[in-house]
Amino acid sequence: MNKFSIYQYLTILFVLVVGFTYALPNLYPTQPSIQVAYTDSGKSADQSLLNELENILEESTSDYEEIFLRDNKIVIKFSTLDEQLNSKTVLQNKLLDKVIIALNLEPTTPDWLKNLGGKPVKLGLDLSGGVHFLLEVDIDTAQQGRLELLLDTYRKTFKEDRLKVAKSSIKDLVLSFEFKDKDSYNKALKQYRTDSLGIAGLQYIITERPSSNVLLLEYSDIALKDIRDYAVGQNLTTLRNRVNELGISEPIVQRQGSNRIVVELPGVQDPTAAKKIIGKTANLEFRLEANSRTSPLRKEEFKFKDNEYSTAFLERGVVVSGDRVTNANTGFDESGFSQVNITLDMQGGRSMQKATSGNIGRKLAVLFVEQKNKSELVIDENGKSVIEQTSYIEKNIISLATIQAVLGTSFRITGVGNPQEASELALFLRAGALAAPMKFVEERTVGPSLGKENIELGMRSIMIGFALVILFMTLYYRVFGIAANVSLFLNLVLITGIMSILGATLTLPGIAGIVLTVGMAVDANVLIFARIREELKEKDPQSAIKDGFSRAFVTIFDANVTTLIAALILYVIGTGPVKGFAVTLSIGIVTSMFTAIMCTRAMVNIIYGNKNIKELKI
Amino acid sequence: MDIRFQFMKYRKIAGIASITIFVISIFSLGFRGLSLGLDFSGGTLVEVSYETPVELEAIRNTLIDNGYEDSQVVNFGSNLDVLIKVADQDGNSSLGENISQVLEKEGFKGEIKRVEFVGPQVGAELRDQGGLGMLVALFMILLYVAFRFQYKFALGAVTALGHDVVIILGLFSIFAWDFDLTVLAALLAVIGYSLNDTIVVSDRIRENFRTKRELDPQEMIDLSLNQTLGRTVVTSFTTLLVLFALFIFGGEMIKGFSLALILGVLVGTYSSIYVVANMLMSLTLTQEDLAVPEPEGADFDELP
Repeated sequence: MNKFSIYQYLTILFVLVVGFTYALPNLYPTQPSIQVAYTDSGKSADQSLLNELENILEESTSDYEEIFLRDNKIVIKFSTLDEQLNSKTVLQNKLLDKVIIALNLEPTTPDWLKNLGGKPVKLGLDLSGGVHFLLEVDIDTAQQGRLELLLDTYRKTFKEDRLKVAKSSIKDLVLSFEFKDKDSYNKALKQYRTDSLGIAGLQYIITERPSSNVLLLEYSDIALKDIRDYAVGQNLTTLRNRVNELGISEPIVQRQGSNRIVVELPGVQDPTAAKKIIGKTANLEFRLEANSRTSPLRKEEFKFKDNEYSTAFLERGVVVSGDRVTNANTGFDESGFSQVNITLDMQGGRSMQKATSGNIGRKLAVLFVEQKNKSELVIDENGKSVIEQTSYIEKNIISLATIQAVLGTSFRITGVGNPQEASELALFLRAGALAAPMKFVEERTVGPSLGKENIELGMRSIMIGFALVILFMTLYYRVFGIAANVSLFLNLVLITGIMSILGATLTLPGIAGIVLTVGMAVDANVLIFARIREELKEKDPQSAIKDGFSRAFVTIFDANVTTLIAALILYVIGTGPVKGFAVTLSIGIVTSMFTAIMCTRAMVNIIYGNKNIKELKI
Repeated sequence: MDIRFQFMKYRKIAGIASITIFVISIFSLGFRGLSLGLDFSGGTLVEVSYETPVELEAIRNTLIDNGYEDSQVVNFGSNLDVLIKVADQDGNSSLGENISQVLEKEGFKGEIKRVEFVGPQVGAELRDQGGLGMLVALFMILLYVAFRFQYKFALGAVTALGHDVVIILGLFSIFAWDFDLTVLAALLAVIGYSLNDTIVVSDRIRENFRTKRELDPQEMIDLSLNQTLGRTVVTSFTTLLVLFALFIFGGEMIKGFSLALILGVLVGTYSSIYVVANMLMSLTLTQEDLAVPEPEGADFDELP
């Protein structure tokens, strides 16, 4: 007789209940909502903001369903999209730049499901619409910047220690000092060696050329890793702030590999604007204006950003660079004129203090440094023409103001024009706070309408494919076919449930993976049924069922393991949408084995297990 | 014996057909190459949707006038959707916006549905990664099959896979269909699927070799193929059902993907019948090859 033990039934039941429970949140519709957060990312939303929003909404005619505080943000839910848009306009007009308001669709998962950790499957950008950017941090430029600072520091140190320097320069990321005598050379070498000691290991690679009294210095791999980590980390923070300014409900800003950053903005309506803000591959430099005593070798001429016909001469030495800027915002001075408040970190404050203490009355300039790309066709060693990308740097003055006092970590720039100009300058300052320039190496934008279209088309293909397979199986295998169809349905539920539990992302190829799984999942049952048919020629129905299932198992297992290998490799090499395909395919293979073998068997056992059957229709 | 169809009678013809198509594919891949999609070639792509059909030639001329000489302009799905592809002439990431602006300025304003930019470096990386992934997949599967079966089966299986992959690639090359990341994904899925088939057949050949010692190899393989034929046909049929649903209703973005899968299922089914069995015949699989400790053997003795 074919019977499962009570434990086997309970195991199957348990798995199915879990699968159903976690698949359930996907059935609840989403609800229009808005999320409100303070523009200043350092400030988190609180009860007072909640009350303020509530008052504004009460006063206006707009209706809302619920308002509450969640993770530094205020969430307001609406029953219609019109109310959502309406309220956004009302709030935006009242609060202006104080807050960032993001439109969102909130899941309406009931509380008991939420408490169990239930949530709907996340949609990939190709389904939700949105932008995906891959940015590459230019480490060489970061390194160059560091070397320039180092050059400055050593020039000063050597001067203070009365070493006799003949020449100093940076070429191809190598810092070189030539000394006039052996004594200076030796002292400098000693200084280098002391400075090179770091916690993690030696920071410098020092090349000695005693015959010509030249010392060459390069960063060691350990130091380079630090520079890279610092640059990428700093850029990540800056990017997160910029992304926050966009007011997107669930952005992703992540490091990928050693020097790349992924930015994903689901549901962005205007990708161009997003790109403009994200893509400000910029940096800042604070420099003193050159005066009559500055030697011609120590000064450079720059154009103004808003007026390219006027220029100013600035000193070559950088007082503070953009990565020291921690914040910049607008305000008003005592007489009601716009001003920009700037905050630097400790080290930046110290440098600023040093530079300004003897220079009150001189002017301080803020240079905006932008990286731009230029590509040209060149012939490589094989005689083939290839594209060579070179980036160049453009520096423009965005502010030139008189130093009125010794400046420290926080200071202000007054006389910056009207409030709009002030906020532009503040935005530039914040945007410029990047440790190293970045460039876009990949971009994928999916408009919201295309996302919706993709979901509809994908779901329709699942439905149609599923219906066709069910029809065929029922006609071809009768009772067994129906058991297989139930398993197929359970399989879909389990895939959805497991994707929700894992927090996996569903993409368009992912949907295709589910469709493919539907087609392939019946394979296990077809194998079993074919085997049972064969066994029936020699055996009675009950042993035919038993042997059919057990003989087919080995084959099913082997066949699925190999597909799983292919799917796993796909997961490793794939990106974005393709990864989604690998995920649904892998999950589908595992769940289809469970449903096709365990669930179908359980059903067959329940139907035929206890009966004495003379003839089996299959 | 239940040998309804003598597959192996036609094995020479099938072998010649396979080799011919294989060679043609290799030639086409060698001389024409693949028409690489954006993922691998790098470049910029803009999909624009219009309310009324527009002249592709007019858009093309407008783009040429504005300095985008090597741009391709084609309809995408319907004559309301236009796909503009610009090769990576300058690795410039703002090409998408520039093109949108040009279109707007010249009176071709439509809804921008999609903009994709893949930098030259990223394209090259994806290319390398994809090729490497494919090789790793084939190798791992070879290992698994060799471990589970026997090296002759493994050789047969991997030959079949190589055959499938090359022929599908060949078709993509001959018809100049776009080969992008999703097609690569489909190809890897095909590797998994085709193997699925192969293993089912191999499994049965192995079993019959152990239990039906009175048959010669040709009869044995024919018997095994016939025994598994019902299953092979049904599975391929259901898979094709859903794949056609995907191909017809799934939208333009996964056309290439579903096409590769459909071809893969067809070629895979064929190869699991002819390529694997042919290889086994050529390698003269013998009883001794399978005279390893049989885990299933014990079951058989208990049978009445």
